[in-house]
Amino acid sequence: MIVFRVDRRSGTAVYAQLVRQVQQAVRTGRLAPGDRLPTAREVAERAGINPNTVLRAYRDLEVAGLVEPRQGSGTFVRAGLARPAADLDGLRAELAEWFERARTAGLEPADIHALIADVGESHANA
Amino acid sequence: MRTPDEALAVEGVSHSYGLRDCSFTVRRGAVVALLGRNGAGKTTVLRAVAGLLRPYGGRVLIFGEPVERGLARIGYVGQQAALYPMLTVAQTLRLGARLNPRWDRAHAISLLGVGGLRATARVGSLSVGQRTRLALVLALGKRPDLLVLDEPLAGLDPVARTELIGALMADVADRGTTVLMSSHVVAEIEGVCDHVVVLGDGRVRLAAEIEPALDQHRVAAGPVRDLGVLDDHGVIELRRDGDEFTALVRAVAPLAGPVTWHRPTLDELLLAYLRAGVPQPIDEVTPA
Repeated sequence: MIVFRVDRRSGTAVYAQLVRQVQQAVRTGRLAPGDRLPTAREVAERAGINPNTVLRAYRDLEVAGLVEPRQGSGTFVRAGLARPAADLDGLRAELAEWFERARTAGLEPADIHALIADVGESHANA
Repeated sequence: MRTPDEALAVEGVSHSYGLRDCSFTVRRGAVVALLGRNGAGKTTVLRAVAGLLRPYGGRVLIFGEPVERGLARIGYVGQQAALYPMLTVAQTLRLGARLNPRWDRAHAISLLGVGGLRATARVGSLSVGQRTRLALVLALGKRPDLLVLDEPLAGLDPVARTELIGALMADVADRGTTVLMSSHVVAEIEGVCDHVVVLGDGRVRLAAEIEPALDQHRVAAGPVRDLGVLDDHGVIELRRDGDEFTALVRAVAPLAGPVTWHRPTLDELLLAYLRAGVPQPIDEVTPA
């Protein structure tokens, strides 16, 4: 089950952080169709978040079509969003290798993320 | 006007220490942050709400009744936790059971377990975090409908903070408990509180639900010569830096002219209200 990490000093609203973490987990396959999200109470207790904030994030995800509530049993990742064709494991392994190289070359995590964002942006604009 | 979903009404409360005509209401199930600079009167308001202090003027209603009649429904944790250092944790809970008609022993014990508090430990030997935890267990063991917390997180390490807020938020999820907590750390409020009350100069400067309040304000920035575009908007706080200004305004429409504007972050909104004096016309505001 997904474990939320909340950074209260990031300037990003907490519900937006929850939304982004679910989106990311679905995109990378860490959350698969049919997986249950933790209940608002579980997140409230573990992460110290207002349960209404969690519910608001789940509503946003539902409107975006990423999750669906099922009466009495919780909130689930919707089917049909996975990308089975993509070789996620292979790509992940290569990226992990690349990360290792970047660290060995002396880059800090922040440098690495900046580099990835930069390359990503120039690709998106190409 | 009284509404049945009102948990708390503070009506025109005045006291020494500069608290003047302080009024706000809290609806059932809200988690409210009470903010103000040092000496703004946060503790006085909280003590009046908890029935520990009788204000010189005004009154406090708990679920529509005078606070004296609602004491059993209130859980209060002050800055100095009112605990007896000679007692053990178990003895402290027994005292809690004797003093509170609505005491829920099983609940209190389950909360102790989460915090890793040993029943045989003496209160005097506990760390600050453990003592705050025990005070919160006492307050939650009462099964309160309204929890009043005076800077509950002060002096706690990040792990203890998350644990304590976690216990609190679980209670909100389970029972819809109404919470009023003071703080002066804006980052503690994000994602925890859904309403905010800002005190300044002994009065309430802002009492609002957080998300709509963010929607209803804008941060505007631009050259000082274009200050005129703010004329039709309520200016909460204005700061000048050379030829440039930054202002928090009550506005939703785009502002005209070469002025940029954006929806404030919670930080920007609260800091502006904390810094601001009583809202004044622009020409009376002195540059920072």
